Amino acid sequence: MKAVCYYGKEDIRVERVPDPEILNPRDAIVKITATAICGSDIHIYGGYIPTMMRGDILGHEFMGEVVEVGRDNRRLTVGDRVVVPFTIACGHCYFCKEELWSLCDNSNPNAWMAEKLNGYAGSGLFGYSHMYGGYAGGQAEYARVPFADVGPIKVPESLTDEQVLFLSDIFPTGYMAAENCGIRQGDTVAVWGCGPVGQFAIKSAYLLGAERVIAIDRFPERLALAASHGKAETLDYSDVDVLDRLRAMTGGQGPDACIDAVGLEAHGTTLDAWYDRAKTSLMLATDRPHALRQAISACRKGGTVSIPGVYGGWLDKFPLGAAFAKGLTLKMGQTHMHRYMPGLLNRVERGEIDPSFIITHRMSLDDAPEMYRTFREKHDQCIKVVMRPGDSPSHPPPDTPFPSGN
Amino acid sequence: MPLPVLSHESQLPLADVESWAALGAGGMLLLLGTSRRSLVGLGMAAAATPLIYRGVTGRWPGVIAACLPSDDSKSALAGDRGLHVRESVRLELPVAEVYRFWRRLDNLPSFMAHLDRVTMDDATNRSHWIARGPAGLSVEWDAEIINEVENQTLGWRSLPGSDVVTAGSVNFDSVRGGRSTQVTVNLQYAPPAGRAGAFVAALFGSAPGQTIREDLRRLKQILEAGELAQVQSPASRS
Repeated sequence: MKAVCYYGKEDIRVERVPDPEILNPRDAIVKITATAICGSDIHIYGGYIPTMMRGDILGHEFMGEVVEVGRDNRRLTVGDRVVVPFTIACGHCYFCKEELWSLCDNSNPNAWMAEKLNGYAGSGLFGYSHMYGGYAGGQAEYARVPFADVGPIKVPESLTDEQVLFLSDIFPTGYMAAENCGIRQGDTVAVWGCGPVGQFAIKSAYLLGAERVIAIDRFPERLALAASHGKAETLDYSDVDVLDRLRAMTGGQGPDACIDAVGLEAHGTTLDAWYDRAKTSLMLATDRPHALRQAISACRKGGTVSIPGVYGGWLDKFPLGAAFAKGLTLKMGQTHMHRYMPGLLNRVERGEIDPSFIITHRMSLDDAPEMYRTFREKHDQCIKVVMRPGDSPSHPPPDTPFPSGN
Repeated sequence: MPLPVLSHESQLPLADVESWAALGAGGMLLLLGTSRRSLVGLGMAAAATPLIYRGVTGRWPGVIAACLPSDDSKSALAGDRGLHVRESVRLELPVAEVYRFWRRLDNLPSFMAHLDRVTMDDATNRSHWIARGPAGLSVEWDAEIINEVENQTLGWRSLPGSDVVTAGSVNFDSVRGGRSTQVTVNLQYAPPAGRAGAFVAALFGSAPGQTIREDLRRLKQILEAGELAQVQSPASRS
């Protein structure tokens, strides 16, 4: 089959690889009809995620048709149309029972790697390094889905792929980010980053009862989408002093909750952002937490800072003193996908939200290397790329269809 | 016979970092100290010695080590010779179910990597164990159950005259109001002697605690999830 493979920093190739096979009784094989590039894939592309190996298949936002099931999988049958959550969970361990699905004890065969780094290991993830299990990802024609009797959610034919695809990660991720804010009627929520997760966090904050949402970014098309579709007030941080404006907009009190939907590769214009850039480029720091620092500074006393953005290592100049002084609550982590998918599918079915509004690029699998670049550089007003493995490439490739053709 | 492959050193993630940090700091002090050619410099150079020792050998000199807290249950339990590991794991199952699985000793190879096969003779409470190691070599011994309290504890040891002298015990504790079970394994291969002893040491590698921890992780996967988490081998993906 065809698959999007990692070959090193900024080296993504579309390769021919063997088709996946059923390995375990609860597995299923899914023929992928739609798959997306996630902002967190861009962290891999930039070489920020350790334990990636040459040839690893990328992608963790995918859906498709079940074409094979393992002998103990009694929930799926061949022909089912499913969306697959990016976190892999067994459904029976302590964490799954507590609905902390992304912390599943039994789905990461390389848990020891993550234990060395973090003390304890989270669940396995599709296409997201060997530390997270080394599972082949979903930017491919087929994928093997472990524990497919608890993960994938069946979707009705009345909804299109584009309407349900983002149940695989970014919609639940934005929703959990908003839910973690503990929003009460009348609250003001500030959201850093108007990428896909930020957009869903904005929509979700309103769904959960926020009165005002203030969105912060610097790309005009992203701010425009946050304003037009998300109904957020917007701040361009390259233009205004964010802390000053947030203070003014909230009568000197600060937002009740702040969401950092940026993560470890934050861009900024202030002194600390340049400091981060210098230190990470010299390999003296692992992350650039500029957005997080600002969210902590901006948040009102006793408020909540919710972090759906991905962080990887040891943060430098982290203002824990400010968080302590203001009695903040910090909430974070990989999304507990299985907890949110059914409820959010219902919201899509009821027409409360149509997640396809964020899609800007519809491509084929062969376009992946180019689209990783476009998405990272935010060229061409790119916000979200969806690839359909069945489609032919939008740009005809040269003579050999696959770069290294094995 | 010495057992070079056996080490009970800490496997904590910071151990490597600490080694490099110590080596770096020691080297720096040594350079600064020797370049000063003064009494202070001499002091600095002298202070570098334990740091460099820690960096190179991975342990603090005895005098300093005595002042540091022991950071690891395994090193605390290990004697000078042989192998003694204690590890534990929690499962979301009632204690009876976990006990029943473990009591069938022939189930052990399904999650203990070093075991190839265990056969039980229910009439005599004796069992025959086969361990397989690197290069397809194997070693066998007979064992007997010496302690058994249903749903609480199980102990066994190799019969006198076996090539391998070993003993093990497992405690099963009902925790979290009976919803979970905590399994604590004590495993001893001691004192190893001759070819078989060296072989057993090789089976457990340089970090026996980690080896058993991975075994218990597999036990948890089998009993909770019903299958072992696995991925397609990288070879089949290239």
